[in-house]
Amino acid sequence: MITKTPKINRRSFVIGSAAVGAGLALGLKIPFGASVVRAQDGSPEINAWVVIRPDDTVVIRIARSEMGQGTLTGLAQMVCEELECDWSKVTTEYPTPGQSVARKRAWGDFSTGGSRGIRMSHEYVRQGGATARVMLVQAAADAWGVPASECSAANSVITHKPSGRTTTYGKVAEAAAKLTPPANVALKDPKDWKLIGKSVKRLDTMPKVTGAQVYGADLKLPGMLNATIKDCPVFGGKVKSFEAAKVTGMPGVRHVVQVGESGVAVVADTWWQAKTALDALPIVWDEGPNAKVSSATIADMLKAGLDADQAFVRNQNGDVKAAIAAAPKKVEAVYAYPFQNHATMEPMNATAKYTPDRCEVWVPTQNGEAAFAATVAASGLPADKCEVYKINLGGGFGRRGAFHDYVTQAVLIAKQIPGTPVKLLWSREEDMTHGRYHPVMQAKLTGALDASGNLTGLHLRLSGQSILTAVFPQFLQDGRDNLVFQGLDPDGDFAFGYSVPNLRIDHAMRNTHVPPGFWRGVNINQNAIFLECFMDELAHAAGQDALEFRRKLMAKHPKHLAVLNAVADRAGWGKPAPQGVYRGLAHMKAFASYVAACAEISVSGGDKVKVHRIVCATDSGYAVNPAQIERQIAGSFVYGLSALFEQECTVKDGRIEQTNFHNYGSMRIAQMPKVESIIMPSGGFWGGVGEPTICVAAPAVLNAFFAATGKRIRTFPLKNHGVTMV
Amino acid sequence: MARLTINGKTHEVNVSPTTPLLWAIREQVGLTGTKYGCGIAQCGSCTVHIDGAAVRSCIVPVAAAEGKKITTIEGLASGGTLHKVQKAWVDHEVPQCGYCQAGMIMAVAALLKDKPKPTDADINAGITNICRCGTFQQVREAIHAAAKA
Repeated sequence: MITKTPKINRRSFVIGSAAVGAGLALGLKIPFGASVVRAQDGSPEINAWVVIRPDDTVVIRIARSEMGQGTLTGLAQMVCEELECDWSKVTTEYPTPGQSVARKRAWGDFSTGGSRGIRMSHEYVRQGGATARVMLVQAAADAWGVPASECSAANSVITHKPSGRTTTYGKVAEAAAKLTPPANVALKDPKDWKLIGKSVKRLDTMPKVTGAQVYGADLKLPGMLNATIKDCPVFGGKVKSFEAAKVTGMPGVRHVVQVGESGVAVVADTWWQAKTALDALPIVWDEGPNAKVSSATIADMLKAGLDADQAFVRNQNGDVKAAIAAAPKKVEAVYAYPFQNHATMEPMNATAKYTPDRCEVWVPTQNGEAAFAATVAASGLPADKCEVYKINLGGGFGRRGAFHDYVTQAVLIAKQIPGTPVKLLWSREEDMTHGRYHPVMQAKLTGALDASGNLTGLHLRLSGQSILTAVFPQFLQDGRDNLVFQGLDPDGDFAFGYSVPNLRIDHAMRNTHVPPGFWRGVNINQNAIFLECFMDELAHAAGQDALEFRRKLMAKHPKHLAVLNAVADRAGWGKPAPQGVYRGLAHMKAFASYVAACAEISVSGGDKVKVHRIVCATDSGYAVNPAQIERQIAGSFVYGLSALFEQECTVKDGRIEQTNFHNYGSMRIAQMPKVESIIMPSGGFWGGVGEPTICVAAPAVLNAFFAATGKRIRTFPLKNHGVTMV
Repeated sequence: MARLTINGKTHEVNVSPTTPLLWAIREQVGLTGTKYGCGIAQCGSCTVHIDGAAVRSCIVPVAAAEGKKITTIEGLASGGTLHKVQKAWVDHEVPQCGYCQAGMIMAVAALLKDKPKPTDADINAGITNICRCGTFQQVREAIHAAAKA
């Protein structure tokens, strides 16, 4: 096996103030004892966000994780906008979670999920850039003996206007780093932005086309061994016994170890040897009390919740019961949404090295701080003896954010082989059967229509899993999981987009032993289907056009209406579609963005669906990099339509049945519709990008399917009905 | 022991003959641009060229690749010049997470060798790799751009 020093070691990792002594030991000059914080290459840190090298290279620190969504580039644009540096000289690096602890969270939250990367850190990263700019200009002014007010900065060059003298950021960085950072530097008015809002090229493309990009699965460390694991196939079960002697003589096998109560791993020279041996290893499981649970028993439990008296109420006005009882026309429908696996292209993995004095972990993670917490807990060492290095992710989609089960496992393995780095890589089969699944949910919707076809009452009852109960119970509110209601809230980032005189939206919580997780879009995926398909059902029952029916309920929701109108206009709603082509609409507010879609499909043989085109509009308030937003929209539709047509994780004997892409399908290019994006930022707020649009693809296609066939499908995925995407 | 010719260089690899070529490439030769995604030839992340044809290396035993000309993503560019597919990928900013893209690029490079001016139907039939980020719209644009280059 070839080992080489991983790329990660060549990066200039951040070192803190405490390490300045080490800088001195390396011969770096720090005159007058000023406490300049230095990057590992000795370049001065202007502040936590910005390091400037003597050659004018600007290193921008990014705390959030890049997993394809473009946040690395977007966040760098935001710092650069205020820093007034030369974009062509920008490079980025990740601070480590250990340094974050040592520096009292100087970079804020590392968590990269919930479409928060930009919308939750735009202010302080811009402030970081602005503060650094003021310090650099001040340093130049001091050197020239002129007032800073006579100097300006652009493209990494500082100019003293009266004299015409110029200098560069690289030349004044040392002096700037010694200045006391000014407080409350004013940020630019959005109308003055030059870089935010521009489709500049991503910073991370080149290594991804040459094979040079190192992902967690690719990591190599000197002396490293490779491991793969089987955890009990039934969630909550344990290892009873295993016969290590049957495989210890197989090629390359070094160790066969139990991992916690529920896992067994083989550690070998190579991963293929480890997997071959693990497949041959006899393991007996204590499957525990969940071994009889099946999809049918779970569905029955949820079904009982649809009519249960007790439910958590989230959004309510008027008297829905009375309105429904008095209505001349009542419409009712029951929908069901399945468990789904994230199926990131890169299976879960982590590399750990443990000694009694130090535990280090290299891991592709959406949340370095959570990976760090898992490392501290599993190692049993104090935080100052632990470190986590973030490696590029081969997809995240929520699987690698709140959950670091693979980190815990890697550390528990490494602890049994002190001093030897061990890379744990799951097989696809392990990944498919040990996910943190999209929550399972049913919904019963009841609508009341008056004689003129106006919607006078709506009851939306959800019945199913609560992610927060399983993952973050501290965020429940009197037992209620508000996250369940994404897109159905009375107001805020997930506000319901209709005014209905009598309304009740509630949740009968029904939890299962299958662990739920945050899956791109989280609960908007099913909520958008439930709500927007039912709105179509109501419009049909009222004999009204689906767009007009919605519009009447949206007068008080102008931003929702604006995106809906935008897709209807672009798609030509109300005008004849091409022969055989049918349209469907959907809209939602999610993660603070307003999104809408109009799908155009045709259906052959009653069950072969061709999605020709989807027009999508999004108002995310501000649009930092429109080209990347377009890619997120198109990509989210691939994720969402794969889920709609092909993806379900079924439960039998307490375990997940699907094991790989042959029985858990994902879209191919042949099925890809033409996606037309309308990016319409209206300003004044910051909405998310990576997730919101995912939720409108499925209901728009389903509504078009009804238009084409007269059939409503209310349980998913569509393959269960023989309906396929061509 | 098997003798593999990869990107013009000969490597002696000490593995059992049934070891999938993917793992010999990644673990013995040390070229990690070729990815493990599924291990059952479903996703295409492990696509390499064997004698110019795109194959999914996760199901090809090392023994079957001996004596053949293997090209991985690391060997696609010639000298310092990117292959036209890689160039189109950069110009159109195709990759998101990028994990599947090496396999995607290798599949497309082989397609363009067979069909220098592919139609959309050719692309649909010839490119069946999975991309969970969903880059297909850019993939299609970039294929047409590479065909014109």
